[in-house]
Amino acid sequence: MKTRDVIASAVQNTFRSKLRTSLTVIAIFIGAFTLTMTSAIGAGVSSFIDSQVGAIGAPGVLAVTPAPADGPVADGPAVYDPERATGGASIDGPPGMAAGGMNEADLERIAEVEGITGVSPMVSMPVDYIAAAGSQQYELPIDLASGAFIPDLAAGAAVDDRAERQVQLPADYVEALGYTDAEAAIGQPVTLGVTDAVGEHHEVGAVIAGVTNPGLLSLGAEGNQALADAVQEAQQSGITGDVAPVYLATNATIDPASTPEQIAAIKVDLLEAGFQGQTTADQIGAFKTVIDVVTGILNAFAVIALLAAGFGIVNTLLMSVQERTREIGLMKAMGMRSGKVFGLFSMEAVFIGFLGSAIGAGVAILTGLIAAPLLAEGLFAELPGLEIVRFEPLSVAVIIAVVMAIAFLAGTLPARRAARQHPIEALRYE
Amino acid sequence: MPDLVLDASAIQKSYGRGDGRFDALKGVSMQVRRGESLAIIGKSGSGKSTLMHILALLDAPDAGTLAIEGVDSASLSQTDIHRLRNRDFGFVFQQFFLVPDATVLENVVLPLKIAGVGARERTERGMAALRALELDDKAKNRATALSGGQKQRAVIARALVNSPTVIFADEPTGNLDTVTGGLVEDILFDLNREQGITLVIVTHDEELAARCDRQIHLRDGLEIDAPEPTASAPSRTVASAVQEVSA
Repeated sequence: MKTRDVIASAVQNTFRSKLRTSLTVIAIFIGAFTLTMTSAIGAGVSSFIDSQVGAIGAPGVLAVTPAPADGPVADGPAVYDPERATGGASIDGPPGMAAGGMNEADLERIAEVEGITGVSPMVSMPVDYIAAAGSQQYELPIDLASGAFIPDLAAGAAVDDRAERQVQLPADYVEALGYTDAEAAIGQPVTLGVTDAVGEHHEVGAVIAGVTNPGLLSLGAEGNQALADAVQEAQQSGITGDVAPVYLATNATIDPASTPEQIAAIKVDLLEAGFQGQTTADQIGAFKTVIDVVTGILNAFAVIALLAAGFGIVNTLLMSVQERTREIGLMKAMGMRSGKVFGLFSMEAVFIGFLGSAIGAGVAILTGLIAAPLLAEGLFAELPGLEIVRFEPLSVAVIIAVVMAIAFLAGTLPARRAARQHPIEALRYE
Repeated sequence: MPDLVLDASAIQKSYGRGDGRFDALKGVSMQVRRGESLAIIGKSGSGKSTLMHILALLDAPDAGTLAIEGVDSASLSQTDIHRLRNRDFGFVFQQFFLVPDATVLENVVLPLKIAGVGARERTERGMAALRALELDDKAKNRATALSGGQKQRAVIARALVNSPTVIFADEPTGNLDTVTGGLVEDILFDLNREQGITLVIVTHDEELAARCDRQIHLRDGLEIDAPEPTASAPSRTVASAVQEVSA
């Protein structure tokens, strides 16, 4: 019997007992549907996070902070060490993160670590408020643009190195400042308020260069170097003598082509020097871990459903073998080899698996395509750019292949039983 | 010396073990010559079906030898045996054994499908076999939709489709009324005469056996002489009853 005929006969036999086949197919359908959905949601959320961070595409940057004093997480409050620079009270970051600041000497030590090509400290601008013509004054945390991150822009462009003072604002400032939409805000002048050391208020003008999309990991407002210089100048007016700047963190540039091993070596060197280096991937690692765990659990449930469906296949085919005992005997009497009989029945199992998984994946994709736009407008309206389900052809193909493999395994038991039948006894079977 | 298609000597076959042991064949020797029609006659339990199964390589004897066209069956590989059953033997069963959900044509071409013949050639040869049995108009019908006589003709078409050298028929008319049975017999004997296909018919029907060139009588697993070759039905029953009592 030709392989093509074996497959064709198996497909044909599948439809001989339609009710039984469809019930088995439904069981597989449920598993395959769930698996396709969860993997699509996992992929969608992951890619959303990737796009949010953007800088995941800029692998040449390490965020460097002072390493925690004793071990990664110290028990209780850290003992004060006058040698370590302190960055003041307003430190944002998860608990357990380095609480110290860094001074110029620290930056030099970081720059000396082998593999690090440049150091640009993260500078927070001491801006009190932002206001546009006729608007109220709003608080504005703003950093010097590091260039390490590729912002997810709703309109305009990222701030760049030019003499004109530029700001890049999160989308929620657009309406507050009185603009109709992000596009309308581009190029508009704004005023930033700064208080100097002696309590005097200064105003620094700037132009809106870009508006970023709101997201999970919003970058916040950023300004270019010209703005930072102006703000610093305004803030330091009235100060006599030099104030050593203190930085909470710095970006260290490394060769973007560095291998994970090289990056690990740099991190070890940094740790020895008393600093902790994290790539963007490390920083979002925790986020991804949560997503991965959730999708992993959902996938596990789907696999359990598929295993149950596998027993359904065993049951279906055992009944089928029972019913077709005489037919098997006849085929063997007519010279069909046991191997082909085995092939015929296991192929039937594989086809049932294919039907269930292909329909399951197809319906999942259809559901996703219908539901995603509705969810994007409703539940996830706050997160533009979030593609909640993302169907990757490869993972869909893998799911179908895995289900077919499970079906094949399930089919081996009944198929073996069929292949072992003796033609005479099978023909005598009533 | 006539060309022997099948040459069986001292065939023994038993089923079960211990007290439940049943000796179906206790040493039967027989030959089948090329082109002849041979009847194996006996009551149920005489071992006639077992003998046919062994001759058709569907079962292996416990003792004794079987030569097919001069080749010892014990020396044949599984592949050879499958090939012989598929290409050289045709089977006609009392219970038809047609696949119910398949069409008549699909049933008829099953041996060709097993042999690995391509779809187009299968259809051509299948239709030719159906035409020979005047069933070509039923080719697309379901096998279950046929009458008994049509079913048996479909079975004969299936046995014929591989152009076999031997057709084994196990009670071919057992499930048919006299008139239809007679027609099916005519078809089988026509094939034997016109195409030279060797015919081995297993039956308990004396009239059918009488139409064959030669008869082998089995009783309790042994070959016996023909009891009363031309006796009428009632006396035959009495005769065999007497034999059973005296045995």
